[in-house]
Amino acid sequence: MALSTQAIGKLVRRTRDLRQRPRFARGNIELWANLIILSWSAAFMLWQGVGFAIQVSTFFAIWAILAVSLNLVVGYTGLLSVGHIGFFGIGAYAMAILSSDASYEQLRTEAIPTFGWPFFAALPVSVVLAGLVAVVVGIAFNRFRDDIYVLVSFGFAVIAFNIFLNWRALTRGAFGIHEIARPEIGGWTVNGTFEYLILVLVFLAIVVLISWFIVTSSFGRVLTAIREDEQAIEVFGYQTAHYKLAIWVISAMMAGLAGALFASKTSFIDPNSFVLLESILLVSIVILGGLATIWGSLLGAMAFVMLEEGMRFVPFLPAEHIGQARQVVLGILLVVLMLFRPQGLVGKFRL
Amino acid sequence: MSTKLDPRTFALETKAISKHFGAVKAVDQLSMSIFSEWITCVVGPNGSGKSTLINLLSGMLPIDEGIVVIDTVGIRVLKAHETPDHGITRTFQEVRLFDQITVWDNIMVGLTERRLFPSLLERTKPRHQERAEEILRSVGMWEKRDAMAGDLSYGQRKLLEIGRVMALDVKIYLFDEPFAGLFPRMLERVKDILKEMRRQKRTVIFVSHNMDIVRELSDHIFVLDSGTLLAVGEVDEVLGRSTVIDAYLGH
Repeated sequence: MALSTQAIGKLVRRTRDLRQRPRFARGNIELWANLIILSWSAAFMLWQGVGFAIQVSTFFAIWAILAVSLNLVVGYTGLLSVGHIGFFGIGAYAMAILSSDASYEQLRTEAIPTFGWPFFAALPVSVVLAGLVAVVVGIAFNRFRDDIYVLVSFGFAVIAFNIFLNWRALTRGAFGIHEIARPEIGGWTVNGTFEYLILVLVFLAIVVLISWFIVTSSFGRVLTAIREDEQAIEVFGYQTAHYKLAIWVISAMMAGLAGALFASKTSFIDPNSFVLLESILLVSIVILGGLATIWGSLLGAMAFVMLEEGMRFVPFLPAEHIGQARQVVLGILLVVLMLFRPQGLVGKFRL
Repeated sequence: MSTKLDPRTFALETKAISKHFGAVKAVDQLSMSIFSEWITCVVGPNGSGKSTLINLLSGMLPIDEGIVVIDTVGIRVLKAHETPDHGITRTFQEVRLFDQITVWDNIMVGLTERRLFPSLLERTKPRHQERAEEILRSVGMWEKRDAMAGDLSYGQRKLLEIGRVMALDVKIYLFDEPFAGLFPRMLERVKDILKEMRRQKRTVIFVSHNMDIVRELSDHIFVLDSGTLLAVGEVDEVLGRSTVIDAYLGH
């Protein structure tokens, strides 16, 4: 009897020690942020109809993969990288080149190598390629931290963009690459937008699950300790360079996956999708949602996509200025948030 | 006290180690032998190289010259992440906790897997939780386990940092000013922790300016001045020497 009460007591203590309070119990602002963004998105989609909802959700999923993966590096490990879009671009171009069809040559003067691979053969290769580039870049970046890290990652984004733009024998430069393969599963081509949405959501779920697995492991705890004091954690026997490199490569592979999905979705890519500005928008999404929270990144990506679409319905705003207006609004949001809620909508950690 | 000076094994020896910052010799040809399972105190005026010595022994600064001998193994290059493998850990003079994670996680970091891939697969283990609870109770922080380390008071932070090194099962503990700025009640707690470590046959090296505590705790004392060894030996005798008194008051 005594033994069993002891055992129960221990069990209760352990469950309590998991310290996972319900997500909504952490404060009113979080609750409101969740409610407003989710209900706004739902209402918007209902109002605009199924086609719109599918389109928006697909782009949400791609942005969400990017935001969640970047949060692993920026939020959890504290390495403020603005070069994430480079890996997105590598994934997209790898997918485009590997799967583009030789029979479709729009510009014969700018011939690029074509392979005509199926989607599911090109996808893992794109992801691995992004990972390989990340290993090289990560080893070089490992000696930097804080503000210098921002600068060197900035440099990486600029270099990546210029390679996409100027290596014309491979990327066809500013002309872009057309006719990127549609996903095919056992002879059935994923042509419909709804089927494609399901595919992208499955990949998002996989990315979220992997990220969740990482951040709740001992590995994840070490990452947060690296963010707080890298020298102090070294004294505890952790080789921080390895941890930083590992999470950097994992994150880059996820970005490569997002890029490959994006290329296949739009079936046309050009370097303009991979400019530094996109990378900075991505960092804003991560900070907006909250650093070191996966849910926050999902929420941030949803808010961002909805904001972009919502801009279309602002009266007296010419269509060609929607993009710029979006950046202005996002910029204002970021400033307001940093002033009044530096931990982001649902985060706990402050930059 | 004579029994204390019986020949013993050395936990740690430095052989003519030096550290220069430009023209300044912070530690100059310093050779010292630390007896195992004793509490050893390092004292000296400000700028005498105490903290530099701790930084050298914990691998946070590279050693310019000389070698460190730990357990009869000579080490020329001591890297910070290898020090626990050599059986050394440390605390910092200015407390360095992981501020934006919980008190609980601060302790857990000292307990969990070091290797990259096993740590990725490791979830929180019951034996880690039991040990963390034990440590948090012994430093009196159990009630605060869910608080962010950065939200604690100075004394609590100091105690948590000591608790954090207790999570490491090593032979040699380096404490850089563990008593500075503590209230009497917390002071007693830290003293008890150090004494308990000695009872568990650990080697403790600490830096302090509080001579009452130095007299009470230390089995052996090293006095540094300008990066060189000024005196070494049994506490009361060494602190009574005129050269030592001059070094503290004379400059």
